[in-house]
Amino acid sequence: MKKNLSYIDSVHRSGRIWNLCMMVMMIGYPVAVMIIFGVLPDTKGMLLGLLATAPMYWAVGIIETFTYIPMLGAGGSYLSFVTGNISNLKLPCALNALEQANVKANSEEGEVVSTIAIAVSSIVTTVIIILGVILLVPLTPILEAPALAPAFAQLIPALFGGLGVVFISRNWKIAIAPVSLMLILFIFVPALNTSNVGIMVPVSVLFTLGISRLMYKKGIL
Amino acid sequence: MTFDVNHPVLFLLAGIVVAAVLAQSVYFLIKAWKRGKVLGMDKAKLRRISVTAGVFTIAPAIAIVIGVITLAKDLGIPLPWLRLSVVGSLSYETIAAANAESAMGLTFGQVSALIASQYVTITIVMTLSILVGIWLAPVVSKRLLGGMINLEKRDKKWAELFQSALFIGMIAAFVGYVFCDVSTVASGDLSGLIPVCVMLVSAIVMTISGLLVKKLKFRWISDYALPVGLVVGMISAIPITAWLS
Repeated sequence: MKKNLSYIDSVHRSGRIWNLCMMVMMIGYPVAVMIIFGVLPDTKGMLLGLLATAPMYWAVGIIETFTYIPMLGAGGSYLSFVTGNISNLKLPCALNALEQANVKANSEEGEVVSTIAIAVSSIVTTVIIILGVILLVPLTPILEAPALAPAFAQLIPALFGGLGVVFISRNWKIAIAPVSLMLILFIFVPALNTSNVGIMVPVSVLFTLGISRLMYKKGIL
Repeated sequence: MTFDVNHPVLFLLAGIVVAAVLAQSVYFLIKAWKRGKVLGMDKAKLRRISVTAGVFTIAPAIAIVIGVITLAKDLGIPLPWLRLSVVGSLSYETIAAANAESAMGLTFGQVSALIASQYVTITIVMTLSILVGIWLAPVVSKRLLGGMINLEKRDKKWAELFQSALFIGMIAAFVGYVFCDVSTVASGDLSGLIPVCVMLVSAIVMTISGLLVKKLKFRWISDYALPVGLVVGMISAIPITAWLS
């Protein structure tokens, strides 16, 4: 007899199946190349390359997974961890949609809204990349024009300026401490730069949760 | 078969995976849309959310195409197309590819013609390094999100604050990041102020949009405020960079 699953349970079930299939397909790409072209990887190069890359990426990946899932919701998480570009595209897109729909992230309506926003964003991204690949030759001189370079270099500040003003103004009491801490750290610790902002997100999130809990217990929030 | 980084077979293989990504996105979109209807959510509202999400995505997606062009110089088109359509981001993939190339005595950005075994090595390093989220999300998401629901049952107000704190924590990290080069100003280099100025422009556009919605009741503006703020901010970067560099 078919068991009646709740919507969330069915999202988890199909999400698991999809992500498992996508993982197999991703691993299948190099395997297929090996079989079709009859080659093996350079073992030493592969091990050294993995040693230089994987430990850091795995550590960041584990932390990011635990940090982003509560923000993305179920459907949004399964999709985002396949399509990537979470902090610079999928999550801002979901946050804006929740704001636009005026629904809470942890409600079922919020789950629906964030999934729709992330799914549409993933489809649009994939289609634009496909168009970019098809039109690569004529597009390259335009997209790599020195005049346009500063615009694409400043994508993150342009994104978080708009997003920040909405969320910080609405939650200014919560925001004061983490924004101040991050400003101090990024301005005065030279080691913090573009390459490690991803690592600082979980640090900032944990700090914000701790401070918020403290303020909540003291009756400030 | 003679290997080439742009061999049609590689396009076909990458295309199959990208098609699966599209299928997954469409599947979840339809599933959520149907659920929205069951919950009695306004169809016009759902449509507006979709349009905004699509418009908002255009500029960042073009930036990803630039990433494909950047990586294609070393790796051909199919691999960057695949890696930036599935999981990857330009910064992660560049580091992974550079590390794999360096492990084989190559220099990233100066590779003219990869042989098949080098290509496979780079692909394996890029793929295995970035896989964590894809398998870990299915393992932990049900438990994590279940924990959020339990939290709400125990203390509704704290659960709402918890959610806000998550968002603010993420935004705070990126606001801090925008200021990471400001210290260069002390040595007379004003370029560290470029991201700060761009962020301010975007914030001002968003504030003006908010005021127009509030005072003039132009509700449609709120649908496009963030995408417009993003694009205006990016465009403003061109004169700001020329001014401060």
